Amino acid sequence: MTKEIIYRFESAYRGEFDIKAYHFNKGEKSCCIVGALRGNEIQQLYVCSKLIKALSELEKQCKISYGHRITVIPCVNPFSLNTGKRFWSSDNRDINRDFPGVSGGEPTQRIADSLMKTVNGYQYGIQFASYYIDGDFIPHVRMMETGMENAGLANLFGLPYVVKRNPKPFDRNTLNYNWQMNGTSAFSVYTNATDEIDEKSAELAVSSVLRFLSRMGIIKRHCHGGYMSSILEESSLMSIHSSRGGIYRRVKNPGDETAKGEIMAEILDPYENTVLEQVKAPCGGIIFFAHKSPLVCESTVLYKLIKRLKS
Amino acid sequence: MLETVASFGLAVGEKAEIKKNRLLPKDGAEGKKRIAIVTGVHGDELEGQYVCYELIRRINSRLSELNGIVDVYPMLNPLGADAVTRRIPMFDLDMNRIFPGGENDSPWEYMAEKITEDIKGADLCIDIHSSDIFLREIPQVRILPEYKRKLLPTAKRLNCDFVWVGNSAAVKSSSLSYALNSTGTPCLVVEMGAGMRITKVYGEQLLDGIFAVMSDMGIWTGEVGEVSNPIISADGEVAVIHCGKSGIFIPAVEHWIGICEGDHIGDILNVYTGEKEEEIFSPAAGMVFTLREYPVVSAGSLIARILGGGR
Repeated sequence: MTKEIIYRFESAYRGEFDIKAYHFNKGEKSCCIVGALRGNEIQQLYVCSKLIKALSELEKQCKISYGHRITVIPCVNPFSLNTGKRFWSSDNRDINRDFPGVSGGEPTQRIADSLMKTVNGYQYGIQFASYYIDGDFIPHVRMMETGMENAGLANLFGLPYVVKRNPKPFDRNTLNYNWQMNGTSAFSVYTNATDEIDEKSAELAVSSVLRFLSRMGIIKRHCHGGYMSSILEESSLMSIHSSRGGIYRRVKNPGDETAKGEIMAEILDPYENTVLEQVKAPCGGIIFFAHKSPLVCESTVLYKLIKRLKS
Repeated sequence: MLETVASFGLAVGEKAEIKKNRLLPKDGAEGKKRIAIVTGVHGDELEGQYVCYELIRRINSRLSELNGIVDVYPMLNPLGADAVTRRIPMFDLDMNRIFPGGENDSPWEYMAEKITEDIKGADLCIDIHSSDIFLREIPQVRILPEYKRKLLPTAKRLNCDFVWVGNSAAVKSSSLSYALNSTGTPCLVVEMGAGMRITKVYGEQLLDGIFAVMSDMGIWTGEVGEVSNPIISADGEVAVIHCGKSGIFIPAVEHWIGICEGDHIGDILNVYTGEKEEEIFSPAAGMVFTLREYPVVSAGSLIARILGGGR
């Protein structure tokens, strides 16, 4: 393993801002893995740290295939992680809305540019990402439908689901979108945590990446087969909204099955503890996403449901 | 007449509401033109507040001279304004990146949709912004190049110092102005002043322009003052200056003055060593229309934009 600082600047008060890359093996650029772009992506940082540990062991045992280079960039935004801010610590810009970056631009554009230059040219790109609204997912691989995506490859992670998203205008400035447009097969992996550590899903994420690397012949490692992934269009997920604001009591969790009419959550009056709304499943299915925060506004997406196919 | 454009219940005993004041002529509004004055998409942009107050006050004081509909939306992000934050609190969303709305993953996307629908069909919309806390701007109109032919004649009448025909973030896809222009409702974006401030003289200047435009449209029959001719410029004629070092920026020029190539713009100082980290000189001759307001800078922070200084 070699360490490289791919971007550095001296800050006014906090010393050096460094983005570190960990390189394993030498040879063609086979796979690059990127962790926390945002200051609340603690799980994403943690998963990358576990991968660095696992890949270090594999390298020592000569189990990274000859001629294949793997790079892990665990954290692109240490300043925001250390100040507890989700976006860039001074001006609140989101690095993941600044790709492909500008070399002589704003601080976050420079970071995006340096990252893009480092990660370009890899055959496969994996980002541990977080969603823009608060909540928990079933672990899955997400891909933008750019016309260059390969959902068949995404199956090889062995996670339960692969989700394809039709990119919106704001998606065009994300790492995943630009990575794909530059010719890398790019995947975003979502575990079911962001600002806290979920050990079980972190292990699942590490296993899925090692499984993918093994199946692509980049590492030599026996892996369990994982799941036969189901491929979903994001637009096919059924959104279930709250009709009242209040305290949210979650009954059903990501991965749970639900039958039509079953109670999924309750919205309570924040002053009187009475039930304002019982959120019921409009159809049978599997819960893909669940809102997390204990406070909820009216018209918030509480759940996204994979509808059960009628037999 | 105060109207609620959209609302939803917050978690604890409160509603988020977008309100507008519809000013109608005494002899009825049927068949008459409509102008929408919108501001406060970002909660820290307050320059439009004085404009809204004074516009309503002046019209009400001479209501007999009103010959059309004036819809005034003083604050599209009321929670942000109250919490002194640019984005939408709790959701951490940039409201000017979610238009035309309708995605419906958060209640604010629903609000964005309702706002867009409410403004659609107006004969003109003016969306007033005020930079952010980091930069000071002269009163300027921003329009996308593809709408230049349609919007420039009106933009020139707004009594701003400068019309920038370019791809700035305020007019690009996902913004309110793009959502309106792309569906046939002409929308001009005004940028002036700095975030968290009200510059009364800029407000007065813009008000003269709004009354002139309303007069041109036949919405205002009263007397209007002379408006100045703005400088028209495209992206290629604007020099953008970023600093290369972090520290404290002390300007050596005033805002909105003419400078020559090589003139001293300012210095980046190191407060620990007492040394200058960087001296910044203008790469071209022109007018300083954007100047850094917030002194703390990181490598890459925007320092100034020079009009007429394209390279």
